[in-house]
Amino acid sequence: MTQTAEKAANSSAMHVSDEVAIEVRNMNKWYGDFHVLKDINLTVNRGERIVICGPSGSGKSTLIRCMNRLEEHQKGDIIVDGTELSSDLKNIDKIRSEVGMCFQHFNLFPHLTILENCTLAPIWVRKTPKKEAEETAMHFLEKVKIPEQANKYPGQLSGGQQQRVAIARSLCMKPRIMLFDEPTSALDPEMIAEVLDTMIELAEEGMTMLCVTHEMGFARKVANRVIFMDAGQIVEQNEPEEFFNNPQSERTQLFLSQILGH
Amino acid sequence: MKPEPYVRREMLAPQPAPLGETGILRWMKANLFSGPVNSVISIAAGLFVLYVLYRLLPWAIQPSWNATSLSQCQDDPNITGACWGVIHDRFNQLMFAFYPHELQWRPLLAFGLMFVAIAPVLFDKVPRFLLAFTAMFPLLAIWLLWGGSAWPELMVLAGFFIGYAVHKALVGPAGELTAIILGVLATLLWWIFGVSPVAEMLQGVVPLDITPVESSKFGGLMLSITIGLAGIAFSFPLGIILALGRQSDMFIIKTLSVGYIEFIRGVPLITLLFVASVLLNYFLPRGTNFDLILRVVIMVTLFAAAYMAEVIRGGLAALPKGQYEAADALGLDYWKAMRLIIMPQALKISIPGIVGTFIGLFKDTTLVSIIGLLDPIGLANSIRGTTDWNGIVWELYLFIALMFWVFTFSMSRYSMYLENKLKTTH
Ligand SMILES: Nc1ncnc2c1ncn2[C@@H]1O[C@H](COP(=O)(O)OP(=O)(O)OP(=O)(O)O)[C@@H](O)[C@H]1O
Ligand SMILES: [Mg+2]
Repeated sequence: MTQTAEKAANSSAMHVSDEVAIEVRNMNKWYGDFHVLKDINLTVNRGERIVICGPSGSGKSTLIRCMNRLEEHQKGDIIVDGTELSSDLKNIDKIRSEVGMCFQHFNLFPHLTILENCTLAPIWVRKTPKKEAEETAMHFLEKVKIPEQANKYPGQLSGGQQQRVAIARSLCMKPRIMLFDEPTSALDPEMIAEVLDTMIELAEEGMTMLCVTHEMGFARKVANRVIFMDAGQIVEQNEPEEFFNNPQSERTQLFLSQILGH
Repeated sequence: MKPEPYVRREMLAPQPAPLGETGILRWMKANLFSGPVNSVISIAAGLFVLYVLYRLLPWAIQPSWNATSLSQCQDDPNITGACWGVIHDRFNQLMFAFYPHELQWRPLLAFGLMFVAIAPVLFDKVPRFLLAFTAMFPLLAIWLLWGGSAWPELMVLAGFFIGYAVHKALVGPAGELTAIILGVLATLLWWIFGVSPVAEMLQGVVPLDITPVESSKFGGLMLSITIGLAGIAFSFPLGIILALGRQSDMFIIKTLSVGYIEFIRGVPLITLLFVASVLLNYFLPRGTNFDLILRVVIMVTLFAAAYMAEVIRGGLAALPKGQYEAADALGLDYWKAMRLIIMPQALKISIPGIVGTFIGLFKDTTLVSIIGLLDPIGLANSIRGTTDWNGIVWELYLFIALMFWVFTFSMSRYSMYLENKLKTTH
């Protein structure tokens, strides 16, 4: 495929479908008597790329961690890919194997090689034959541009490389939705770009993405919606252009002036 | 292609040190005489070592190997120090106690096979199929040591297959946890009610027996190794289970684990050994002949497992929470996450503690002399009670210490090797 044809195919893939990927209805969560998430309502369509931002402690991490049950919500519903998240273990495992997640601190398994990190879940959860899992893993490692590191251990890689491995590891499960929790905030500036490039590529292929990040350049480039959270609530959400140029609420304006200001 | 950040992709090969940077003198300068304080300490320590050797060697180097009694040593003008004849004279006893001479090849064979059995556990280069032998080795060793019919051992082995079959049949319809519980239950029921009648019947049909040896004939280093190794082999998995239990979200399991660990750690081992030797007889039904060595092995296992659990819990606690979360996020269930992600790392962190517990357990086996078992210490007491060797002290205990040291030192070297091998960062 030629460069231009690929671009065209990509931008058509960036089209958002009407199919609902995640639905959150009146969701509430408490830590003890601390009300972390208050009446969250959010619908994510398939192919949507959503950036979530907001001040520290506003509940961004908690919100996306609720979507694969790393945290339990106490009230309201979360429906992922048509499956409702409840305490039913079968549902949880099903959703988790279809929703990929990348963490701020990568959380690679240090006792396994890069390749083993990538093949572990396909082999043990999806029961993929080892050889096939390895081929898939190499495919995704090539995609994140580090196939030559396959037999090293995570401790031997730079932060940016580790985060790209973490992305590849999630992709090996062929997820339909990807969650990112501040994937670049533990990285040195020169490594941020390589991770963001990988994420942009993923977005161009039509992956449904929810991304907690303060990389506003990334938000402008790939997001089709930016959500601003404060004190456990969704304060404002809008298309990136509108969101950045014309923020409605005062809290959003303050937040934007703080992170874009200087 | 976009320029990549500057990151080294290949590790450089270590280069040989420049000339003049190697050799013993260099090493001594760097490690012993790097400064005035270091030099003074080195010289003082060196003098101390020399003094000890100066006093010890003349005592130890004596032509006394062939003496057959202490008085012979004392009467011989050429012997002015250690009387090593006791080791020569009583060597076989210190190794095997009263195990019949013509059958001693059996414990020796078991000891040799033990190395085959532990090799695949210790070294990952050894072919994996040997693990099947490892799994069967305990039963094989029991048969070789105690003799008698092989059928009970074979039937115990069959219990594992029964448990496995039950688990396999139920895991689909009933779920993982139920299948595990029922599988374990089926195995236990078979062991308690099935094994002995079926084994007896099969022994009637196809006799498979070798000369039996009673537990009372066991002793010496052989006994220490038997109890020590059995304790190590069983306390390790039990310790892992207890550590996981202590971390569990399920209240009952957590409480039971914590209660068990805290109770056992609060009780001296010797108390448990007395319970094994005396008290259990009151509780067991009259006429059951529950072997004393087996009882001791059980007590030692239960004791060491509590310590093991705490050591492993330390390893679990040292793992970052992110490892659990990453395993969860990939859809691994609890058991897979534990087996593939959490335990390999937690155990690796705990290696020094685990090996420390093993070494402690092995040395603690000498306590069985107090309840009348003839381990090397028990034998030393009885050897010193004979007319020939009345009054001998140092030679015997030094030798026993040396035997234990050989084992514990190998364990500690192995643990260092393993830690080194499992290092995945540079
Ligand atoms: N396990 C917990 N127990 C109690 N409180 C918690 C727990 N985890 C988070 N919190 C609190 O919940 C609030 C929201 O946390 P969360 O991690 O979701 O914030 P965030 O928006 O991701 O912040 P940051 O930008 O710092 O990552 C914070 O005030 C935090 O202190
Ligand atoms: Mg956060």
